[in-house]
Amino acid sequence: MFLRLLSDVRWQVTHPKWRRMTCSRRSTSSTAEPAPVPLPAEAQVVICGGGIMGTSVAYHLSKMGWKDVVLLEQGRLAAGTTRFSAGIVSTARHLSVELKMADYSNKLYQQLEQETGVSTGYVKTGSISLAQTQDRLISLKRIASSLSVMGIPCEIITPKQVAQLHPLINIHDLVGAMYVPEDALVSSANVSLALATAASRNGVQIHERTSVSHVSIQKGRVTGVETDRGQIKCQYFVNCAGQWAYELGHSGKEPVHIPLHACEHFYLLTHPLKEPLASNLPTIVDPDGRIYIRNWQGGILSGGFEKNPKPLFTEGRNQLEIQNLQEDWDHFEPLLSALLRRMPDLEALQIMQLVNCPESFTPDMRCIMGESPTVRGYFVLAGMNSAGISYGGGAGKYLAEWMVDGYPSENVWPLDLKRFGTLQSSRTFLRHRVMEVMPLMCDLKVPRWDFQTGRQLRTSPLYDRLDAQGARWMEKHGFERVKYFVPPGTDLLDLEQSKTFYKPDWFDIVGSEVKCCKEAVCVIDMSSFTKFEISSTGDQALENLQYLFSNDLDVPVGHVVHTGMLNEKGGYENDCSIARLSKRSFFMISPTDQQVHCWAWLKNRLPDDSNLTLEDVTWKYTALNLIGPRAVDVLSELSYAPMTPEHFPSLFCKEMSVGYANGIRVMSITHTGEPGFVLYIPIEYALHVYNEVMNMGQKYGIRNAGYYALRSLRIEKFFAFWGQDLDAFTTPMECGREFQVKLEKGMEFMGQEALLEQKQNGVYKRFTMFILEDHDTDTDLWPWWGEPIFRNGRYVGKTTSSAYSYTLERHVCLGFVHHFDEKTGEELVVTADFINNGDYAIDIAGQRFQAKAKLYPFSSLFAQRRRKDEEELSGYQRE
Amino acid sequence: MSRTVSSWILSSARNSIVLQGKGRLYSICVPNRNKIKWKLVFSKTHLYPAVNCSLDNTFSLKKAFRHTSTEEEQFSFQLSPSQINDILRAGELSHRILDLNGKNANSVLRFESNQLASNTPVEDRRSAATCLQTKGMMFGVFDGHAGSACAQAVSERLLHYIAVSLMSRQTLEEMELAAECLKPVPPILQWHKHLNETEYQEITSQYFENLRVYWQHLLDLDAEPAFSLEEAMICAFKRLDSDISLEVQAPQEKELMRNIALQVAFSGATACVAHIDGVHLHVANTGDCRAILGVHEEDGTWSTLPLTRDHNAFNEFEIRRLKREHPRSEEKTLFVNDRLLGILIPSRAFGDVQLKWSKELQHSVLENSCDVEALNIYQYVPPSYHTPPYLTAEPEVTYHKLRGKDKFLVIASDGLWEMLSNEKVVELVAGHLTELNVQKPQLAFEKPVNLGYMHSLLLQRKNRGIASLDQNVATHLIRHAIGSNEYGEVDQEKLTAMLTLPEDLARMYRDDITVTVIYFNSETIENYHRNNE
Repeated sequence: MFLRLLSDVRWQVTHPKWRRMTCSRRSTSSTAEPAPVPLPAEAQVVICGGGIMGTSVAYHLSKMGWKDVVLLEQGRLAAGTTRFSAGIVSTARHLSVELKMADYSNKLYQQLEQETGVSTGYVKTGSISLAQTQDRLISLKRIASSLSVMGIPCEIITPKQVAQLHPLINIHDLVGAMYVPEDALVSSANVSLALATAASRNGVQIHERTSVSHVSIQKGRVTGVETDRGQIKCQYFVNCAGQWAYELGHSGKEPVHIPLHACEHFYLLTHPLKEPLASNLPTIVDPDGRIYIRNWQGGILSGGFEKNPKPLFTEGRNQLEIQNLQEDWDHFEPLLSALLRRMPDLEALQIMQLVNCPESFTPDMRCIMGESPTVRGYFVLAGMNSAGISYGGGAGKYLAEWMVDGYPSENVWPLDLKRFGTLQSSRTFLRHRVMEVMPLMCDLKVPRWDFQTGRQLRTSPLYDRLDAQGARWMEKHGFERVKYFVPPGTDLLDLEQSKTFYKPDWFDIVGSEVKCCKEAVCVIDMSSFTKFEISSTGDQALENLQYLFSNDLDVPVGHVVHTGMLNEKGGYENDCSIARLSKRSFFMISPTDQQVHCWAWLKNRLPDDSNLTLEDVTWKYTALNLIGPRAVDVLSELSYAPMTPEHFPSLFCKEMSVGYANGIRVMSITHTGEPGFVLYIPIEYALHVYNEVMNMGQKYGIRNAGYYALRSLRIEKFFAFWGQDLDAFTTPMECGREFQVKLEKGMEFMGQEALLEQKQNGVYKRFTMFILEDHDTDTDLWPWWGEPIFRNGRYVGKTTSSAYSYTLERHVCLGFVHHFDEKTGEELVVTADFINNGDYAIDIAGQRFQAKAKLYPFSSLFAQRRRKDEEELSGYQRE
Repeated sequence: MSRTVSSWILSSARNSIVLQGKGRLYSICVPNRNKIKWKLVFSKTHLYPAVNCSLDNTFSLKKAFRHTSTEEEQFSFQLSPSQINDILRAGELSHRILDLNGKNANSVLRFESNQLASNTPVEDRRSAATCLQTKGMMFGVFDGHAGSACAQAVSERLLHYIAVSLMSRQTLEEMELAAECLKPVPPILQWHKHLNETEYQEITSQYFENLRVYWQHLLDLDAEPAFSLEEAMICAFKRLDSDISLEVQAPQEKELMRNIALQVAFSGATACVAHIDGVHLHVANTGDCRAILGVHEEDGTWSTLPLTRDHNAFNEFEIRRLKREHPRSEEKTLFVNDRLLGILIPSRAFGDVQLKWSKELQHSVLENSCDVEALNIYQYVPPSYHTPPYLTAEPEVTYHKLRGKDKFLVIASDGLWEMLSNEKVVELVAGHLTELNVQKPQLAFEKPVNLGYMHSLLLQRKNRGIASLDQNVATHLIRHAIGSNEYGEVDQEKLTAMLTLPEDLARMYRDDITVTVIYFNSETIENYHRNNE
């Protein structure tokens, strides 16, 4: 059954030097192989990389009707990381899009042997994830909730049941486990070969021993591929080069930044037991011991993710390092200890080999897919964080859909290459970050977790000032942002101990910041926002923006408009505020992680007109958000200008002086629904203005606040946040923002048709606010996001964000409600009546809490009624 | 636990009247109060920027972990193993001699060196260089006292003096010609330096001028100089010391230069320099640094061959030499409390003109200096100071013809030898050598092996701490020197305690330590003997 894998391993034993397969391929090809088939001169798509990813993309492209595809592999098919993969297909994933990919892969592999006739070694063994601690069990229960509502069988079981499922496990230190019976094992190389076979039957040309030297790019488009065997012209290039993807991305004149880095990964192979293990024995994952164990040829295969990973190839492909890829038993010792603790009876088992196979990891533990923001037609699928087999099928399908249809059938923003920019592609950054990421594979995933490496890269000019006042930091797109301020004399738990699924230790600190926002005035440094300026000599800026944005931007100078940037289907590509600075220039503020995506979106859609300029001015401005009823007093004292709503209505923007500094852009928005202003300050004035504001604010009780307070404020007012609540599959109609769309203005804009259709036919999901009723903040598990929502006992959707509302003294969850037909499961139109007439419950790690659903926020939460009340109310949000 | 160890040290230190027994060199003549005053003078006037800059760079890392004074309220004695490693490894320096095309292979395989400060700033210095005009390599260790000025100057200059003494007449003539025509003089030495060891440019040119005077003097001798190595080393030592002494007497325009010259002359340094050319090993020693050979006997045991004698009150030859050089009337006062004239531990040293010049000369030099106030500290004439000089920089030179079984040479300042015996040092270096060989990549086991056996094997290796071995043997020695407990094992707590001692206490528990270990290429040495038999 595992013939292929076995033969590979034997081969490896005889040639322990890994280089055999990568560096001496030319000499072997000239002697052993017949003359290779010449490369075609032209193709629609060239895929580089014959591992699981490349073959999966080829398979799905050919299935979707793209036949003019060439797949190039530098060595042999499925000979890189794919060959050495442990072959575990596991659907136990935290992120819903990852879960869907894994589920699809599992179903694909199951029928692949039948479809292609190539043996894939697929065995449905199931998998058991063990919990040694209560916190781990909570984590597993959360996954179990997600799996169940996806229709994937799974159950939480007791240690005794674990012992019944697997004869060798020591259960003494376990508190429970999660059993997923449909998880499977495959021979990864054979799956890859099967996909290649099917693709090849559909017309895909596969060329082994052909390596890509670089990709030719002209005018920002892929035009062809240079290989060691000649050139191929093509329209699309797909980089599936695994751990070499970073280097390949940098090989051309125009670099494509693919932030991933390889680490050594070790697993152990043994000889069979005296009584060989059954081939359908479940795979064991013991995250607290950092190991996985599967049956292999009657023996076991066990590896893990150690705390002290060994990164390699930081300087690119390096023969010396390849040769040094040997067994490192000393390094493996902690994992071996964990294995023998879990299965003490294995002591007498004979070792066959310790395999060292590098895996590639990404800065945020999620894979990388999508089109390059700078080079059109350059697609990437890589950085699988050692889950390549689980994701292979699904990821290949999504990427193929992306190429053929323009976008995948699911929201893949969490995996999109464009979530990264050039700033994440420093080699030093990657090396340091992956050393943190790899151990995280097994660490407990708790809410509000921040990476500790690669920090303090982008900072506001006020960083030191804020830090000295007790700021605690988190990072978004490389930018340091304040979470909250620890008052002097207060002790918080240290990082490791602060991990919790329950009430966090900063609860009261954030509570007092929120109170200050409500009653006095707070200042939050929001400099991380992406800021663009669009201007033109004539009316080009307005004309183009009117088409690209859904709201009417032809407003008087000095007004601020909340608007979506929609795709053809009416979904949100971005959600931003645009201020009209003059007749011909606009200032656009978007979420921090939009810097790359939004830039690429606009660049690709704005005409190539020298009279129209788009500039990224993010770095030029520091943003201070003054929130609270007294903000108006502080600012008017500092500027000697009246700031009352009569003189400075909400959603207004004006350049004025604050203190000695002139040219400060003041906008009457706060992103929270509270009264106040955001000050966009040229960075050289930042410290001055901050000092002035703090000095003047003293008598109004000013204090610093952080993003956690902001988040609580906005969620209790039902503000959606792009990237969390809003995505490319959500339209303004589905989240109650029809008034932000100029449907009636008789102007054409992106997504208009789709929105008109929705307006006519109704929506199939609806953004809803839930107030948890019987939830005890002190003792119950806190909601996070991704919790299933039940209506009258039936699953209707998932939450997308949540926060504790200090005003309501309740937890608030935001999420989407669908209407599935009770019999067929078909999606039906969601009406306001459907939402309002139902009993709701939110499932947090298996425990259901009653919730009240609301389609509109509590108007009483808004301190002041305003002229443009509803517009601000809809105010777009960023976390 | 480490807290208790360190607080014990602290309290015992506070209760004892310190700076006496273990207190060093000038502790008697410069009592504690003066010592502090002296430090102030230096920091205010920046007499010797070269010293300041080189040291602050080298040891800024470790300062972050150290406390500056016992006056500080809070002590933290917690150091993680990696912090300990960072401190210990900050001064590491190693160099592997490249074996070009296998011919004329150098008898030196590589050297590894490290330095750990106790004084602030550190008063030890080290040098390593390859001679470019003649053959051979030189390694020096210099232990300064009463400041680091003299050690710094000697470490920068001495190897040049030796190299010049060894040059043929023709080379000297070429050098002189180049200097005369203002052309670049061919480089004399190739230094192997630590990144942070810098020189002070202005001084360097002054030093070069005096070096040139020296080779002009050699050229003036009619005949080919044709020094033997031994003579050359002695001559170089003496010449440098006399230059140091003369420079401070010569009129000097620049205040900075005069201050430096003063500090160099009135502070002191011992020196131990090894010159290795093929199988010929010469060690010249002045003072109490020490050089020993590690010899791997045929029966597999290791033995120790000391190549120097410490020049101090415990050395019979030195006592006899001094008695011979001075009138019988002074016999009783030559050594008081095991110190030369009751002041200085080493009986030979560079600088220290207080023990070399006549009283009158000292007075006149000091009075001609502008800042007399600041120089008060030098105004000390020991009792029974009748027939100077009492001190000399003349080295004792030992010659040793290297054999195949001579594996390494250890040169170190007395900071190491106070803590570890010669035998222990050789044992540690030899142990380190074998462990390096044993360690990686091979894990000795024969397949097939079962998981349980492998597991116990790995745990054993882990407990032996093989994985965390110091790569640099000098670091290994320093770690043992300051961290060994009564069983001769490194004790993490003691190590932490010793490294976190406040600066004002550290000096009582350990001296500056400088270690250079030179490994020989046995193959080259054996080839030499085979070809010459």
